[in-house]
Amino acid sequence: MGGYAFYVWGSYGVTFVLLAGEVLMLMKRKRNLAAREDPPEYETDSSPVAASFQELQ
Amino acid sequence: MSKRKMNWYKYAAPANFYPIAGKMIPVFTVLTVLLFVVGLYVGFFIAPTDFQQGESYRIIFIHVPAAWMGMFLYVLMALYAGVGWAFNARLGSMMATAISTTGAIFTFISLVTGSLWGRPAWGVYWVWDARMTSTLILMFLYIGFISLQSSIDDPRRADRAGAVLALVGLINVPIIYFSVQWWNSLHQGSTITAKSFKMAPSMLAAMLILLGACWMYSIAVVLTRLRYIIREREHEAPWLAEAVV
Repeated sequence: MGGYAFYVWGSYGVTFVLLAGEVLMLMKRKRNLAAREDPPEYETDSSPVAASFQELQ
Repeated sequence: MSKRKMNWYKYAAPANFYPIAGKMIPVFTVLTVLLFVVGLYVGFFIAPTDFQQGESYRIIFIHVPAAWMGMFLYVLMALYAGVGWAFNARLGSMMATAISTTGAIFTFISLVTGSLWGRPAWGVYWVWDARMTSTLILMFLYIGFISLQSSIDDPRRADRAGAVLALVGLINVPIIYFSVQWWNSLHQGSTITAKSFKMAPSMLAAMLILLGACWMYSIAVVLTRLRYIIREREHEAPWLAEAVV
């Protein structure tokens, strides 16, 4: 890059990091929306530890 | 002979626009990737080295499209916000909100790439000249719009407040554009005017292809964000439960 590599690659690097960051932010927003619209059903804990804890109670 | 008229007002309703936006996003995503690959290839492998600035001029291929996008998107954002406010069209206001983040990012990119180009070209990263200062003001206008909207809980009130700010800030766009003519500026004048362009054809091609890529990217990202905003704001609407998410 004729001694200008830092400036040229820095410019394109910043651009693509920011654009990729925006896409990642949107993907995160989609996940949050999906979780809000369809909250996961919490299963009852059937592990041996939970069973013995219930027996103690 | 019967004339078929398309009812454009139909698509002002989020329920009708939502599925169409979903179909458009993959097309614009493919075009974005395609144009970025072609534009970068032309810019780095076909466009010749500049006789004055050497290789550093290649920053222009991303700096100018980003700067133009920052201005274009601001005008679009203000127009949509104005339409949303004047006609009580909530999709217009949602579109303005969706555009604001992408516009702010492109304006920030234009400031950073301009700064990185300024160092080898002028010897400084930053000067308070008219073009750069007015672009920085544009960045603050975007930040102001986003902050104002997020600080008001009622979405329709937030839309109206944002619209006032966006429309008042519109005055800054011609100031940015004509700043290099109105004031003595370190920044170079317009590379492309209506009558001529001061670049080799391959350089111009790379810049315009990357401008196209930025447009396609903006449309894809804005439509995606708009769909999420619709889902957030209209989550109680019965049509949304039936829509294919």
